[in-house]
Amino acid sequence: MSGSGSFEQALNLIFSFDPALMEIIALSLRVSLTAVVIAAVLALPVGAAIALFRFPGRGALVTVLNALMGLPPVVAGLMVYLLLSRAGPLGSLGLLFTPTAMVVAQTLLVFPIVAALSRQVVEDLWEEYREQLQSLGCNRLRAIPTLLWDARFSLITGVLAGFGRASAEVGAVLIVGGNIDGVTRMMTTAIALETSKGNLPLALGLGMVLLLLVAIINAAAYQMGESAKRRLG
Amino acid sequence: MITRCFAMALTVLALALPVQAQEQFITLASTTSTEQSGLFGHIIPKFRDATGIDVRVVAVGTGQAFAIARAGDADILMVHDTVGEKKFVSEGYGSERRDVMYNDFVIIGPSDDPAGIAEAESAAEAMTLIADAEAAFTSRGDDSGTHRAELRLWEGAGVSTEGSWYRELGSGMGPTLNTAAGMNAYVVSDRATWLNFSNRQDLKILFQGDDVLFNQYGSVLINPERHPELKHDLAEQWHEWLLSDEGQSAISEHTIDGQQLFFPNAN
Repeated sequence: MSGSGSFEQALNLIFSFDPALMEIIALSLRVSLTAVVIAAVLALPVGAAIALFRFPGRGALVTVLNALMGLPPVVAGLMVYLLLSRAGPLGSLGLLFTPTAMVVAQTLLVFPIVAALSRQVVEDLWEEYREQLQSLGCNRLRAIPTLLWDARFSLITGVLAGFGRASAEVGAVLIVGGNIDGVTRMMTTAIALETSKGNLPLALGLGMVLLLLVAIINAAAYQMGESAKRRLG
Repeated sequence: MITRCFAMALTVLALALPVQAQEQFITLASTTSTEQSGLFGHIIPKFRDATGIDVRVVAVGTGQAFAIARAGDADILMVHDTVGEKKFVSEGYGSERRDVMYNDFVIIGPSDDPAGIAEAESAAEAMTLIADAEAAFTSRGDDSGTHRAELRLWEGAGVSTEGSWYRELGSGMGPTLNTAAGMNAYVVSDRATWLNFSNRQDLKILFQGDDVLFNQYGSVLINPERHPELKHDLAEQWHEWLLSDEGQSAISEHTIDGQQLFFPNAN
């Protein structure tokens, strides 16, 4: 097989809307976007709360959260694997090697990124508006939604960083999903598989498709942010 | 309490993300060599047509496949380490092990063959020549069936693999072949993965045909007493089908470029 032949094969798969490839793309987006939404819903209030409240061990918590941004995907995968394995505490649910298991693993990876970045953003904003908000009689708890809403454009970047992490990682989904054809095969695990087979041009072609998808989602988020800003004047 | 909340959250998540196919299926823990050679893509549809049962393959190294099966995370096993498979049964994890098919290992290396193994009389001599020449050699190093077979070859040759020429990678067969191609190194591979491998660069088969290079695959049923929650009935149907005339001829029909990859030998 010639190199350029395989690359053309990748392009053909894309432009002929190959059903197997479309299924893999759909699964990748479904899993990563679900993980990002769940992680963001949990992490934004947690990040804001850590930014506003003072409590013992806060410094340590911030450090741990920042460090967990570097949690190796393969370690996150292993933790979820041990949790969901039949021999593990949640084994009876039978969730190992399903898309749900992959969502759980990616949520674990995305949560610290969104929480740590939103903590920083909200803390900076709080310094700026503190006196104003307090003079209006707004306590710290009630300031959380206000500050999150006010910082939404900056927070989107944090959420996109989380999405980047989810869509790019292969270590966690490979362990908890098992890369099962037609069930848990994602873009990144398909790329790893084609690389294993020595189909390097096809693997690279799939990599470009993934990059393109991530770029489209980022562009959409940017456009939404821009038009919202314009509406607000 | 926290565990229960988490379990509930996961159940809700599971309902929100239904797996497309509601059909019956089993999870098979198997090796990368069988998956990457396209064998399962060829025989599973035939089994599905015959029985309505789908087979979901988790393809990992043989060592990891045993670990998955021991934990009860797969309904059945198909690997290639007869010694390990028999131990798995004798330790009570498996209830039955049967021969399914075989192929062979080949010794691959740079086409100019710096260690001169193409002229060797036996696999043991070929391994000795590589060690004596201290020619670059890439080993799987991942406790897979192929890695265990390679270690037995060194042991059989009675030579040491100490030295910087011997590289233990800790990777699957495909990544190891990619590295061997990049380093122009010798490597032991199963024939199926090699035939299906595209990035060969300057590598080719230099030695083959010795009896010690025989590579037997077996199907192992999981012991229902140890893991009663698994789908033993469905797994047994797959096991019996593999050993049946129908399954055995499906295996022999799988070819790449006209070459048969696996030879059925259920007895």
